[in-house]
Amino acid sequence: MNARRIEETVARILMYAATFSVLCCLVLIVGTVLVRGLPALTLDMITHTPEGGYYIGRGGGVLNAILGSLFLTAGATVIAIVISLPVALYINVYARRGSRLASLARLALDVLWGVPSIVYGAFGFLLMMAFGMRASMLGGMITVAVLVFPVMARGMDEVIRMVPHELMEASYALGATRFETAFKVVVRQALPGILSAVLIAFGRGIGDAASVLFTAGFTDSLPFSLLEPAATLPLAIFFQLGSPLPEVQARAYASALILTGLILVISLAVRFLTRRYSRQTIS
Amino acid sequence: MQYRTHISARDLTVRYGDVTAIKNVSIDIPDKAITAIIGPSGCGKSTLLRSFNRLLETVDGISVTGQVLVDGENIYDPGADVTAIRRKMGLLSQKPAPLPMSIYDNVAYGPRIHGQRGRAELDRIVEHYLKTASLWDEVKDRLREPASRLSIGQQQRLCLARGLAVEPAIVLADEPTSALDPRSSQHVEDRFQFLKDRYTIIVVTHILRQARRLADYVMFMYLGELVEHGPSREVFENPREELTREYIKGVIS
Repeated sequence: MNARRIEETVARILMYAATFSVLCCLVLIVGTVLVRGLPALTLDMITHTPEGGYYIGRGGGVLNAILGSLFLTAGATVIAIVISLPVALYINVYARRGSRLASLARLALDVLWGVPSIVYGAFGFLLMMAFGMRASMLGGMITVAVLVFPVMARGMDEVIRMVPHELMEASYALGATRFETAFKVVVRQALPGILSAVLIAFGRGIGDAASVLFTAGFTDSLPFSLLEPAATLPLAIFFQLGSPLPEVQARAYASALILTGLILVISLAVRFLTRRYSRQTIS
Repeated sequence: MQYRTHISARDLTVRYGDVTAIKNVSIDIPDKAITAIIGPSGCGKSTLLRSFNRLLETVDGISVTGQVLVDGENIYDPGADVTAIRRKMGLLSQKPAPLPMSIYDNVAYGPRIHGQRGRAELDRIVEHYLKTASLWDEVKDRLREPASRLSIGQQQRLCLARGLAVEPAIVLADEPTSALDPRSSQHVEDRFQFLKDRYTIIVVTHILRQARRLADYVMFMYLGELVEHGPSREVFENPREELTREYIKGVIS
């Protein structure tokens, strides 16, 4: 009896410690970024592009990387939606249960999910070389889209799988085709989950440095052309953090703060939208 | 009694994998009357009902042999247009399944997918069929609200209105009152009585009293076979088969 009680106590302490360390991690990371980044976060940081000598401590900001990250990831997310939604709908609405192709597709997505982003970067780079393209926002977009689409498709798959069969049946019984049922009923019912899959994918995309390193490149000018290189925040952080100058390092933390803030704002916006659109969902 | 028929089955056999759910059923279902399919659970009542609008094939591992004739056309013919067939029949399921949209959009869903776009015409259709399902007075001021906010009894009537809005000739109902409270069940039964002059109604039920109250014609199924069918009074008061007699007396269930 006593041994079991000890076991129970030890287990409880270990689980408590594990849970607590998760919270600690979050607080430490956000804390570090805040403490180190906040002093360097000036209005110039978010409204100016780097001026000459920015990386040795002169004036300017990372507007190039902020806009670059937003445009590039937004484009990548749109491309990923265009691939992911049909995949998830095919697996769940069109394919028969136990379909070989559907389970292969799920397996492929799981494997792709686990591929490190530098591999996507290298792959994208090779592909671009083959087509004679140079580093550009478009190249980065496509690479990031390939990086995030398994995450998005699998997320959508999980929520679409939860849509009750009776709902689809009700739609078929009215003479709807699979296509109408998929887009007018299934997508509507699963919309909150689909939006969060999109958000998770966006979060993974905007924070990734390795996939854009060779494909999108980096530039100090604003990203207004798909065929020109584009700066991104993770790379901006990387380059500034590599500097020996403390004021440039501080700006790396400020950039990290901006990136974290962007993700936060976008999560909140999506959560708000989700709540608005889940009104019609059948529970 | 002489009936015209709308739906007929000819040697219909349905298998789920190795299990035979329906064995060689042949039947002519009378037009513009209520037909009740009765029998113990697992006897194939719902499967038979679902074979009439080819909803079975949305489940996997099903094989169907034989014919189902609707208006003289075999719906299992490889060239048959499934959506057109399903459109001829409204379906009420056991648990009401409102679509994830507003009350209005639920009723307008069918007409819209079949090409009805006119605003005024849709308004008219929605109002007309909500009235037919006797739900209009309860929802006319909140047509834009999500259908999921209705009570379950109201949801079932909404599903009836939605099914009727595609202008079917047949209503298929699969134990339509089993999830409802007595008052809501009464409501649905009343609607069936009201509709039977204009529609061919087929109701699956395991409630014998309901079959007695509602049906003009009764089919008794047992272990996938059609044991007996005939006008309701004959089957209930003077069954030909011993099995039917036992089921009606409550010996088997």
